[in-house]
Amino acid sequence: MRIVKIREDNCIFCHLCEVACIVEHSQSKDIIKAFKREERPIARCTVEFNYPISLSIMCRHCDDAPCIEACQNGSMHRDERGYVVVNPQTCVGCWMCIMACPYGVIKRDTRREKWGLSTKCDLCPDRVIPACVEACPNEALTFEEL
Amino acid sequence: MKWMKNLKTYVPPSFVVERDDYRCIRCKACVEQCSFDATFYDEDEDRVWAWNANCVGCNRCAAICPTDAITVRRADPTYRYNHNWNGHVDSLKKRAIFGGTPVVSMGNDKPYPIYWDHMLLNASQVTNPSIDPLREPMELKTFLGRKPDSISVSDDGLKTKLAPQLELDIPIMFAAMSYGALSYNVIEALGRAAKEMGTYYNSGEGGLNKDHYKFKGNIIVQVASGRFGVHKDYLDVGSAIEIKIGQGAKPGIGGHLPGEKVSETISETRMMPKGSDALSPAPHHDVYSIEDLRQLIYALKEATEYKKPVAVKIACVHNVAAIASGIARAGADIIVLDGFKGGTGASPQVIRDNIGLPLEVSLAVVDERLRQEGIRQYVSIVASGGIRNSMDVVKAIALGADAVYIGTAALIAIGCTMCQQCHTGKCAWGISTQDPHLSKRVNPDIASKRLINLLEVWALEIKETMGAMGINSIESLRGNRLNLRGVGLNEKELEILGILPAGE
Ligand code: SF4
Ligand code: SF4
Ligand code: SF4
Ligand code: SF4
Ligand code: SF4
Repeated sequence: MRIVKIREDNCIFCHLCEVACIVEHSQSKDIIKAFKREERPIARCTVEFNYPISLSIMCRHCDDAPCIEACQNGSMHRDERGYVVVNPQTCVGCWMCIMACPYGVIKRDTRREKWGLSTKCDLCPDRVIPACVEACPNEALTFEEL
Repeated sequence: MKWMKNLKTYVPPSFVVERDDYRCIRCKACVEQCSFDATFYDEDEDRVWAWNANCVGCNRCAAICPTDAITVRRADPTYRYNHNWNGHVDSLKKRAIFGGTPVVSMGNDKPYPIYWDHMLLNASQVTNPSIDPLREPMELKTFLGRKPDSISVSDDGLKTKLAPQLELDIPIMFAAMSYGALSYNVIEALGRAAKEMGTYYNSGEGGLNKDHYKFKGNIIVQVASGRFGVHKDYLDVGSAIEIKIGQGAKPGIGGHLPGEKVSETISETRMMPKGSDALSPAPHHDVYSIEDLRQLIYALKEATEYKKPVAVKIACVHNVAAIASGIARAGADIIVLDGFKGGTGASPQVIRDNIGLPLEVSLAVVDERLRQEGIRQYVSIVASGGIRNSMDVVKAIALGADAVYIGTAALIAIGCTMCQQCHTGKCAWGISTQDPHLSKRVNPDIASKRLINLLEVWALEIKETMGAMGINSIESLRGNRLNLRGVGLNEKELEILGILPAGE
């Protein structure tokens, strides 16, 4: 199973991983339209900074995933690829997964009418190489076998 | 308000940063990447603005912008046209307003003649066959160091004892660029590429970080007038030792690494206090004559048990041929000629732009002089300063060089856009900086790959042209000026370069 490896030494704090993530999860998958015309998706990765350190963090797709354990109705689950993903149809926004995740990489999307939606890295199911990895200009994110 | 322009300090900006506001998605990548405070985001307006006065034209913002919204343009001068004064008005104003002489970096950027572009190479047609380098072996192997007058061979092999030689798989090395001027990651990349390609990188005058001792076998260590970081281990790690007398970008003056760039690790490597300016004196204070130079050469040979070639690097200046002859006689094994287009991390502008000689001319006269005096075999010649492409390498070798050094070209390969701000320590491409946040911008994995690509492509191009000339070994090209013809040069220039005009 391949996951996104984070190479802190190479991160240049450009936020392009976040931009690419937003575009990938948008309706049009067009950078201008995603930012200017559509409801903008939430970036699943977050770039942290504390001079001179910077790094992008996203879900580690844990083997023993506390978020799955914590989820009350099985919305947070492991998909057929082996990655940890949320089922948006059933997620009720109780945020238990957020409480449980030791990396703090699950975000709250509160824009749905009824319930909130846990939003996290899904490792771009429509792509071979995740969008953030491809967009990173300095190979600070690489897609590698565990 | 972040800033307000003030007439008292106004000099028109050199660049205009244009941003297509519709394409700009306010990702602020450009804001973060501009290390010269020329770009900022205004939250109230939700807009990204440029402060053109600060822009140095490094193009980092244009390169990083994911929507291609940025174009950096040279600002058109709007003064009334004046052939005499254009280009001088602003630099005069800067001196008058701010006082002090401007410090610049990189090489001489004035439009002096480029002799490389006035020389054409030969090719075989009918009377001799050209060679296909993809089918036939082609030799680029080069040895630098003193060669014997003659050799004797017995059945057991070579009987003559050879002086120590540097063995190069390709006749291209990375020129002296110090750790201090360049970031740790750049040195790491140069070292890895030199190792991979079977050539050498030069430590420059800043000593050697302990981590880089691992490149032993591919390092030339430099001893300059400041003697920073010179000690026994340092000399031992080098495959050769280079005494730096002068540098093409600033002949006759010493080095200056601004205190801002003397970080903790730099201070350790250079053996000097953190944050203090690293000043290397203009002359070596123990070298005031050729005899003194001989003493230094032999002191270094003695210290390394005569196992390493000693090179002497000089800036090309008016009497370069006579000086080179003296250096050869003083016992140097390699002479490095650094032409006036060579780069630097910091030099007063007037020096960089007005002192020195073109490399092409110096190379030709030095090679000729040493041949006339019958001492050419005692030294190898390395041509340095303004080598831009593989054909410059071929022409340099045909003019008499044994190998070349590339500096600026190597930096360009890893991102440098020649914005000439190396002395500020703010290099937006992470190359000439010690700021740990900026220097991350060079990923040694990517940078070393690019350097290797560059050298591999140049090697192939050199082989292709040699093949076209019907030459299968770089040895046969060396000093082979018959393969050069001059175009657009006057008789005196042709005579000095020692080449025939096109058509003869
Ligand atoms: S969301 Fe957190 S807990 Fe769940 S798999 Fe990812 S990193 Fe692990
Ligand atoms: S794209 Fe790469 S370099 Fe830029 S912030 Fe993300 S991880 Fe860091
Ligand atoms: S990044 Fe370079 S080119 Fe862009 S605004 Fe800043 S200084 Fe100018
Ligand atoms: S990088 Fe490009 S899109 Fe991003 S803020 Fe700058 S101009 Fe706008
Ligand atoms: S090394 Fe950096 S500062 Fe120097 S010219 Fe190149 S891009 Fe500019």
